Amino acid sequence: MSTVLLLLITGIGLGALYFLVASGLSLIYGLMGVLNFAHGSFLTLAGFLGWEVGRRIGDGSWAGLLTGMLVGLVVGAVVAALTELIFIRPLYNRHIEQVLVTVGLGLASVALFEGIWGTDPIQIRLPEWLGGTTDVLGANIPNDRWLLIATAVVVLGLIVLFLQRTSYGLVIRAGVENRTMVTALGIDVRRAFTIVFAIGGAAAGLGGVLASVYYGQVGAHQGTSLLIYAFIVTVIGGLGSLTGAAIASVLVAVIQQFANFYLGGTGDLAIVLALAAVLLVRPTGLMGKVKH
Amino acid sequence: MFDRPALQLDAVGLQIGGARILHDVTLQVGTGEMVGVIGPNGAGKTTLFNIISGVMIPTSGTVRLAGNDVTGHKVHQRARVGLGRTFQTSSVFAGLTAGENVRLAAQSKLGGATSPWRFPREGDEAAGVARRCLEEVGLVHHIGTKAGVLSHGDKRKLEIAMLIATEPEVVLLDEPMAGVGSGDVAGLVEVIRRLHASGRTVLMVEHHMEVLLGLVDRVAVMHHGELLAIDTPKAVMANSQVQQAYLGETV
Repeated sequence: MSTVLLLLITGIGLGALYFLVASGLSLIYGLMGVLNFAHGSFLTLAGFLGWEVGRRIGDGSWAGLLTGMLVGLVVGAVVAALTELIFIRPLYNRHIEQVLVTVGLGLASVALFEGIWGTDPIQIRLPEWLGGTTDVLGANIPNDRWLLIATAVVVLGLIVLFLQRTSYGLVIRAGVENRTMVTALGIDVRRAFTIVFAIGGAAAGLGGVLASVYYGQVGAHQGTSLLIYAFIVTVIGGLGSLTGAAIASVLVAVIQQFANFYLGGTGDLAIVLALAAVLLVRPTGLMGKVKH
Repeated sequence: MFDRPALQLDAVGLQIGGARILHDVTLQVGTGEMVGVIGPNGAGKTTLFNIISGVMIPTSGTVRLAGNDVTGHKVHQRARVGLGRTFQTSSVFAGLTAGENVRLAAQSKLGGATSPWRFPREGDEAAGVARRCLEEVGLVHHIGTKAGVLSHGDKRKLEIAMLIATEPEVVLLDEPMAGVGSGDVAGLVEVIRRLHASGRTVLMVEHHMEVLLGLVDRVAVMHHGELLAIDTPKAVMANSQVQQAYLGETV
């Protein structure tokens, strides 16, 4: 029983990480039709810079970590917004080129990070409490999972609030449904594009810092490997659906944990099978919009 | 013919490849006038609408809105100078509520979408406009209903409410009765009548002949990409050329 609980909560914690990456991917694709392969680079860069600033504030302290998270958030948002303005906007409506440019950015940035911070991951120091465990009904849950889950819940809440309660949120929700029609109303959706990129980047940036907490290290390839899972989550959840991304994140991560533990480390295989199953039964994903 | 035509087409033509889609269409619609456009399928009615709204650019001639040459202007530029249109196929956001649909349209006019950090909801200007527009088309009781579950006739009314929210002076309605159940027609006719009565200039394509003839001030008849006649409903029906065009095309 305690093993099941441990796997479940650990899975949800990992799912929280997936969600931070997948939420942006899903919104960006939903609104703009862009598969952003540079998303992992936002995460990696934010992870590195968050760590660099955080350890100067106080290595292994809460002040350092929280500053790092803030830095990660800002770095992710700014870099994502710049990416949209400089690389995506000039290729408006040319989806193949947009994808190619993000793939190029993804590859080039990893090489850049390796040049600056080296090819090997760097072990980092964390506040002591995060290294400990909490007893929940006999299961010893690593404390860092709580931080991941809490952050993802707050991010989900803020994005939902933004989408439901602001003028721009309304434009974005309408744009995800039918972008052409929003334009026909005389609304310039390009600013909404930049905002969606910035929001997605901010979430990924937070994810970058939290990924370093989860793995206990920062590395040039952290974003790339998480991006693959995030894409799977996004497709399973339904491209463009935030709720779908949230549900699928937890689902994928929990399946992965259980398969790794009970089926001899076949977590990745289990996820890919789940992806294939969803695509066969519901090609639009769990919550994806059905195109008529 | 008019002191200040709201809409003026001069010798408008559209040629795609060797095909003549529209030829030498000249017409004026006076401010506050309601004009119906009829003609057999393929006569060029929708092409005419696309040229007026800026979806297509004519290969010859000029399009003027309130005296301004807008021939080469894009759709959203024309929307800014007071042109609004609905489409043959229903174009509401199914996932948003009726209120949100109209609110979105109102935002485009108010520029509310330019302040992302404001938390606008109940009681702000766009919400007021949305409520007023829904009242005008008689849909205010559906303000919180998802547009996707509205009846076809109500969706059409919602589109008109969205149109009103953008405060257009010239309104193009592309087959507003298409696919609307017979029970909804009377209500929709009333909405269009009010749209006109409030001083807006209306140009509409409609196949429902009896509905159209009872509504409009004048009728424009299209045939093979040309404007065959434009006159009062009575005069047009008595026009032998028009009768021939229609009888000749009847299956």
